Parts: sequence; C-alpha cells; structure tokens
Amino acid sequence: MARYIIKRLFSLVASLLAASLVIFAVIEVIPGDPAAYMLGMNAAPDTVAALRDSLGLNVSLPVRYANWLGGMLTGDFGISYTYKVPVADLVSARLLISLPLAGLALLLSTVIAVPIGLLAAARRGRWPDYAVMGGTQLGIAVPNFWFAMLLVLAFALHWRIFPAGGFPGWSDPLMAVRALALPSVALALPQAAILARVLRSALIETLGQDYIRTARAKGLTGAQALVRHALRNAMIPVLTILGMQFSFLLAGAIIIENVFYIPGLGRLIFQAITQRDLIVVESVVMILVFAVILVTFLTDLAYAAVDPRLRTRG
Amino acid sequence: MKPGLAIGAVLAGVALIAALVSLVWTPYDVTALAIAQKLQGPSPLHWFGTDHFGRDIAAMLMVGARTSLAVALVAVGIGIGLGVPLGLLAAARPGWADELTMRGNDLIFAFPSLVIAILITAVFGPSAINAIIAIGIFNIPVFARVTRAGALSLWTLDYIRAAQVAGKGRARISVEHILPNIANLLIVQGTIQFSLGILAEAGLSYVGLGAQPPLPSWGRMLAEAQTMVTLAPHVAIFPGLAIVATVLGLNLLGDGLRDALDPRLRRAR
Repeated sequence: MARYIIKRLFSLVASLLAASLVIFAVIEVIPGDPAAYMLGMNAAPDTVAALRDSLGLNVSLPVRYANWLGGMLTGDFGISYTYKVPVADLVSARLLISLPLAGLALLLSTVIAVPIGLLAAARRGRWPDYAVMGGTQLGIAVPNFWFAMLLVLAFALHWRIFPAGGFPGWSDPLMAVRALALPSVALALPQAAILARVLRSALIETLGQDYIRTARAKGLTGAQALVRHALRNAMIPVLTILGMQFSFLLAGAIIIENVFYIPGLGRLIFQAITQRDLIVVESVVMILVFAVILVTFLTDLAYAAVDPRLRTRG
Repeated sequence: MKPGLAIGAVLAGVALIAALVSLVWTPYDVTALAIAQKLQGPSPLHWFGTDHFGRDIAAMLMVGARTSLAVALVAVGIGIGLGVPLGLLAAARPGWADELTMRGNDLIFAFPSLVIAILITAVFGPSAINAIIAIGIFNIPVFARVTRAGALSLWTLDYIRAAQVAGKGRARISVEHILPNIANLLIVQGTIQFSLGILAEAGLSYVGLGAQPPLPSWGRMLAEAQTMVTLAPHVAIFPGLAIVATVLGLNLLGDGLRDALDPRLRRAR
C-alpha cells in the first residue's frame, strides 16, 4: 500500500506542475504583456510600467513562474489588482461559502439518490423502477441553473419560504443554511439522478452474485440482503461516480452562485474576468484545478483501500 | 424500435429541423425590436410569447437551436478528430505512447470545460468560438479513453493477429480493422457528448462566456429572462423546456442506440 501511495503522490505532484504550467502559459504568456492587457488600450505608458513593476513582470518568464509557484506554496497568491487585497484572503472568504454549498449539494444528492436507487433495484422491471428510471432520465436533462430559476419562482417568489438570492453570512447559521437551501437543491438534482442510476445498475449486478444467494439462504429477507450486503458492494461504482462528478459539481456551483447572487468563488471569478483582474483569475483557476486533481487522487486511494487488487496496478 | 429510441429520435429530430428551418425561415425576424409587443404571453400570433424587446420567442428558440447544435456538434467533432487518433495510437503502441497519451488525458480531465472557458475568456474575451473550444477540449480525453479501451480489447483478437502476420503495419490495422469495429462505441459516445455539449453550451452562454448578442442562444435567453421571471414566467420556461427536450431526446437516442447496436445487451434486457 505504501508503494502505491508514493507512486500516486508522485503523479499527483506531476499533474499539479503540468496544470500550473498550462495556466501560467495561458494567463501570463499568451496575452503578451499582462499589465498592458489589464489596464486596457488607453493606459499611460508609465502606469503600465508601474503595474509591471508591482506585478513583478520585469524578470524572465521562468523566474516569474518560479515566483508564482513558490508564492502559492507559501500561501502568497499575490495582490488582487482591483480589490487591492491579498488574493489568498479573497479566496478563503469566498471558499467559506462555495465549499459548504458544494458539500450540502453532495450530501443532498446522496440522501436523495440512495433510497430511490435501492427502490428501483429492489423493484426491478416493475413500475417503481420505471418511475425512477424515467424521472432520473429527466433529471439528467434539466440544466441546473434553469431548475434553480424554477425553484426561485416557486419557493421564493410565489410561496416565499426561502430567500431568492444573496447570502447573509455565517453569523446566523440558520439564515445562512436557508440561503443555501435552494442553490444546493438545484445543484443536487442532476447529481442525484446520475447517482441513482449508477447505484441501481450496480445493485442489480451485485444482486446476481453468489453471496447474496447465500445471505438469502441463511434466512435474510430480500430487503435485508439488499441493504446489508448488496449496498456495501455497490458503493464502489457509486464512489467512482462521486469522484468523477466532483468537477461537474464545482462547475455547477460556479454557475448556480450566479443565479442566486451568492458571493462565492464563482461570483469572484466572473467579476475578475470583467475587471481583467488576471491575478485573481489565475489563482482561482489554479485552486479549482487543484481541487479536481486532489479529489481524483483521494478517490484512487479510497479504491485501493476498498479493493486491494487495484494497488498492484498502475 | 424501442419506445425510448423513437421518442429520443423525435425530440432530437425536432430540434434539428427547427435549427435547419431557421436558416431559411423564422416566423419573425429575431433582430427586429418591437418594444410595443414586449413580454406578451403565448398567443396565436406568438406561440411562445415575446421577450423584453418584443422579439418572438419561438423564432429565437429556432435560431438558438442552431447555435446550441452547432456548438455541440463542432465540439464533438474536435473530440473525435483528436481523441480517436490518440486513443488508437495509445492502444497500438503500448509503452511510452500509451503512457504519454493517458497522462495527457488525465491532465485535461482536471480542467472542467467551464474552467477552460474561463481561462480562454479571461484572455481573449467571450464568444461562441470559446465555447466550442472549451467543450471540444474537454471531449478529447473522453473519446481517447473510449477508443483506447475498445481498441485494446480488439488487439488481442485472432483476426488482428492475422492482419499483423500478413504484414500490415499497426497504423494500417488501426484504421482498417480497429476503427470500423469501434464505430458503434463512438456513435453512442458521440450522442452522449453531443447532449452534454448542449447542456455545457447553455451553461456557458448563461454566465456570459458563450454566444454573444445579437446571436440568440438558449442559455443567454435564460440569463436575460432571469430578471423578468416574475413579470413573465414564459420567457424563462420555454428556453428551458427547449434545452430539456433536446438533451432528453439525445440521451434517449444514445441509450436506444447502445442497446440496438450491442447484440448482447439486446438479449439481456
């Protein structure tokens, strides 16, 4: 196991380095002079020169890359050009909203998907199965931001149960969770539909295995065998999907934040794009990509822990 | 024909026909503003009502279908055009070529298409082309993986060995024998990526990273509808339904094709 972890750690670091090179190339090399780009066409030459100086652009590209990378490793992501505050502070404040949103959505989607996946598998080929399969097919096709708008229309504007947007901060946790309720439901729905379908087919596969027959033979009811034995084994493909879906969840959260005017990472990055604040864009993209790579790494480790056969493979 | 496949074909067909017809005819001009007619509900004159500029929503949906389908289709083309050769290469040359291709794929997988679109837009500004590139890049590793997996299982078969013994090179075998036999896989994956592409395009246009005014797109129609949703819910409902119907249709079509093209699945169900 230790060898496997070391090997995976090595490829984690390699992926992160490669990703950082790509991001650095797109943001700092392709535009030519990032300072001139950020200030626009009408900027005075001395203003551009001053910005170049403060951004540390007057050194060679490899040194700039090394500085950027070294800064990130020590938690220094640079100073936002528009907000005039350290990017690290901006990002950590926004993460306190975006991460709970994504976490809540993940939790909700699992809570919705597991019972309906179980139901469909247990009643395979009968009407509950058809209802679940039809409903989830629809759930996958619904864009989450449109579903979010419908939720606002129904539960914020018509019935006034939840706020239509904004975020009051964490000082009142109850209000904060209420503000995140509709966004997380909107994010969770397509996720839950995919999860429920994967869980159903995984369960149906495990239900055909000998150990389920053994469990039934020793007197367990169908439902008991399903929950105690089949569900546990069916969790492996479900974990895979959860890991793979993380990047969609992240992207979804960025879009959903715009529907609800929630000041998370998504709002930050779109404001940064319109204000040409390349430093913020560069750092936030790096953080997003880091999160995806890290989750992939953790999913790989989780498999290896569950299924020892995987440790010997590359 | 299974009902799912038929429903899927009809739904996807409607979107395709709407997009094609919009090239020569739309019920109203989508660029002409008629403020006096703004935010009207559905009526015999305007089937799906009008938007805040008095433009006919049905006509905009038709032109929007063109944008959505074109972006998703070209993005699938990029995925197939670059991903399939990479997948064939990886399967034909185990070792460094395989390793390099697969690690490259892993790297692209770490960049969700939204993140690619953000990167491109930050430097080049928003456009429908960005959406195509962003979604297309994300499709490359998907097709590379499907192709590699399909091809690897074929390379062990006797008739491929026979072709090798007959003196055919690996590249020629890949094109002449492997590719035709994984075509089904690619068609099914293509349908799935096409539907994902439509969802992605809608999302990108919604947040302003895709098609720009005056080009109508379903995602941007929804973005513009957001502030008017209480006054006139129809401006938000119809573009959303168009996306759902098209994506649902393509997904049903993909599932139906997979079942129809795979004899083992046909028997199992």
